[in-house]
Amino acid sequence: MTQSITINVTVNEKEYKCEVEPRLLLSDFLRHELGLTGTHVGCEHGVCGACTILFNGESMRSCLIFAVQADGHNITTVEGLSSPHFGGIEGGLHPLQQSFWEAHGLQCGYCTPGILMTLVPFLKENPNPTEDEIRHALSGNLCRCTGYQHIVDAVKLASEKIRELEK
Amino acid sequence: MKPAPFEYYVPDSIEHALDLMSQHAGEAKILAGGQSLVPAMNFRIVQPSVLIDLNRVEQLSYIREEGDAIHVGSMTRERHLEFDTSLAKRIPLLTEATPFIAHPQIRNRGTIGGSIVNADPAAELPVLMLALDARLKARNVAGERWVDAQGFFAGMFTTALEPDEILVEIEIPFLSPRTGWSFMEVAPRAGDYALMGVAALVTLDESGKCKSAKLVYLNAGDGPVDAKEAAKSLEGKTLNDVLFESTAEIVSEKEINPFGNIHTSPEFQRHLAKVLTKKALKQAAQRAGESQ
Repeated sequence: MTQSITINVTVNEKEYKCEVEPRLLLSDFLRHELGLTGTHVGCEHGVCGACTILFNGESMRSCLIFAVQADGHNITTVEGLSSPHFGGIEGGLHPLQQSFWEAHGLQCGYCTPGILMTLVPFLKENPNPTEDEIRHALSGNLCRCTGYQHIVDAVKLASEKIRELEK
Repeated sequence: MKPAPFEYYVPDSIEHALDLMSQHAGEAKILAGGQSLVPAMNFRIVQPSVLIDLNRVEQLSYIREEGDAIHVGSMTRERHLEFDTSLAKRIPLLTEATPFIAHPQIRNRGTIGGSIVNADPAAELPVLMLALDARLKARNVAGERWVDAQGFFAGMFTTALEPDEILVEIEIPFLSPRTGWSFMEVAPRAGDYALMGVAALVTLDESGKCKSAKLVYLNAGDGPVDAKEAAKSLEGKTLNDVLFESTAEIVSEKEINPFGNIHTSPEFQRHLAKVLTKKALKQAAQRAGESQ
C-alpha cells in the first residue's frame, strides 16, 4: 500500500497543502505537482547543483530532500527571486538575474536557476567577493557551456548593483 | 532515478525514534541530512523498506561545552560546526577542516552524525573523529553506551553501531595545551571527494620537543587510516624537516593502502600522502610552537 502524507509548505511566499508519497523528491514536487519548472533536475544525486533551492533561506539540493520533509518549511525557487523580499523588482528581475543578462552569464541556461539560488545567500554573506571566492562559491554548480568566465563577470556586476541599491 | 517506495516515520523525540528503531531493527535506515543516503536511494543502490527521519528531533541539534570537551548533537548541521565560535576556540582543527566537506549547499543539510555513521573512507568527519580522540554515544531503547572513535569505524561504510542503535552525541575533547593542528587535502575541484587528505596534530612538551602526534588519512584505505607508527616516530624528538621526511616515508610506504580511482592511481595517492604529511606536520609544529 502506498503511504500518502499531507504537507503544508510555503513556496515563494504562497502556501500549498498537498498529498505526497514519502519517496517524492522535493525537486519533482516543485516541478510536477506545483508546476514550478524553473528548478531544473540534472544529475539527481547532488553533484550538479541544477536543482538548488532555498530551504528556510539556505541553499540546498532539492533532489536530496523528500517533499514530506518540507512540511511546515519555507521554500524559495528561482520563480520567487524577483520578489521584493529578495531585493528584486515586482514583475522584473532580481539584480543578480539582471547581471546575468547583461554580462551574458549563460548560454543554454540549464544550470542557471541553481547557480542563482546558490549565489543569492552567498552574496548576502559576502557582498564584495573576490574572483577566487566567486569561483569557490560556484564549485558546487556545474556549467558545461560557459567556461564560467561570464558567470564570474555577472556575479561581480551583481555585487556592485546590490551594494549600490543598498546604499 | 527515483527511490523505491518505503514506509516513512518522522519522530519528534529521540525516545520515539528509538522505539521505531527497535520495532524495525534491521530493515530501517535513519535519515539524517540525507546527503549520502538520498543519492544512494535515487540510484536504488540502497532500498530501505523503512525510513526514520530525525530532522524533527530538535533535541539532537546542539553544540555545547561541558568540562574540557565539546558535546555535539548528532543532528547538528555541518554548516553550524563551521561557524561555531566555541569550536573555533577549543578545537580549531575541526573548524579548519569543515569547509572541505563538499559544498555549502551540502553542509547546510548534512549532519555530523550522518557523515560519521556513513563511514565513507573518503569523508572528512570520520578522519577528524579519530584524530581528535572523539567518543560517540549510541542509544537504543535499553540504554546508552560510549564508543571510542578508535573502536567505532569497522571498515568500508561500516561502524560498530547495532541495528537498533542511533548515534546521538559526539564528545570531542579540547585540544591540549601546546598543540598545533593542520588539515590538508588534494581534490580535483573544491568540494569534490579528495584524492588524499590528512589531519595532523602535534603536541610539544615544555622543552619544545614532540610529546605526541596524530596523523589520520582519508581515502587511504577501507576507513579513516590512523598512521600510528609514523606518529610514534616523532615522539620525544626535536621536530624538523629531515624528521618529517622520514615520517612521511613511513606513512606512504607502510601505513596507508590507497585503492586508486578514476582520478588517480594508488602510486599518486602515496605520493600525495607524502607531500601532505610533510606540509601538515610543518604547519602543525609551527602552530604548536606559537602557542607555547
